[in-house]
Amino acid sequence: MTRRLGWFLAGGLLVALLLAGVVSNFASSSPDGLDATAREGCTFNAEGEITGGTCIAQQEGSHQLADSPLADYGIRGIENSFLSTALAGAAGVLITFGIGAGLFRVARRRKQDA
Amino acid sequence: METTAMHIANGIVDGPVSAVFAVLAVAALAFCVRKARNDLDERLAPMAGLVAAFIFAVQMLNFQVLPGVSGHLLGGTLAVILVGPWVGALCVSTVLIVQCLLFADGGLTALGLNITNMALLGTAAGYLLVAGLLRVLPRNARGLAATAFIASVVSVVVASQGFVLEYALGGTTELSLPWVSGTLAGVHALIGIGEGLIAATTVATVARVRPDLVYALRRFRQPIVVGTKVNA
Repeated sequence: MTRRLGWFLAGGLLVALLLAGVVSNFASSSPDGLDATAREGCTFNAEGEITGGTCIAQQEGSHQLADSPLADYGIRGIENSFLSTALAGAAGVLITFGIGAGLFRVARRRKQDA
Repeated sequence: METTAMHIANGIVDGPVSAVFAVLAVAALAFCVRKARNDLDERLAPMAGLVAAFIFAVQMLNFQVLPGVSGHLLGGTLAVILVGPWVGALCVSTVLIVQCLLFADGGLTALGLNITNMALLGTAAGYLLVAGLLRVLPRNARGLAATAFIASVVSVVVASQGFVLEYALGGTTELSLPWVSGTLAGVHALIGIGEGLIAATTVATVARVRPDLVYALRRFRQPIVVGTKVNA
């Protein structure tokens, strides 16, 4: 890997960290297109529980890993929601980069060995 | 309600259909790994890690598309342009797997469904459009931006229709399919416009700074040579 590519990667990673760590706190908290469609046809109470009607979301089950320390893009135990989202986002970027770069490196090595 | 669920949750599509799509997704990803090996060189491997990390970051940025409805980038088209279709599909899958396992976003049972829609269908649609559009559009930052925009809009709508197919096969509530399909297509056309703007800005920026790192500029324009490759 050349030095110039290293700088490009570092710059790109910094942008991703800023987006996930800072800008993400200003993201819309409305349900996304799929979720909103899934909720259409039902009525909800203040806690977001379904109170009536027919909609796709009625069948929604809980996540097997809902107790993960990073569940729902926050770090469990950190009360400040800005900080919690920021750290979870930054951790996600670094973990994804690490896993991605690692896997693709292994895939490339295998090719050379073959 | 403060949950940030963005993908298909558990229970929306029944177990057998989810299992079928999980098998399909694993087979398709194994095929992508095989094809990706031909593409991965010393520049593309670290670039792919960055693309995955960038898509993870941008997927956190939900933008408002209608009152009470938001959307976020899926990333298939962006990945195709920067790292190619095979590595691109693997990048989006990496993001979905990390989100599912660490951030409890997108059900574990539904992982195959989410990978099929966003990493496979979305990326495939993006690839076909990018490959086609780059034959007619100029091979520069502007042409690439226009390509990214158009391909993103179509790719996001196609990905949303993947859910309609899965819901038709294994949906657990009785709702009219044309209604589900139309509602999803409409809202995802709007999300696609947002995704298109983000993807266009990103690829145009990379094309100006480091055009040599843009897969679509390096590979898609070369004539396809058939039958001359010696088997390694």
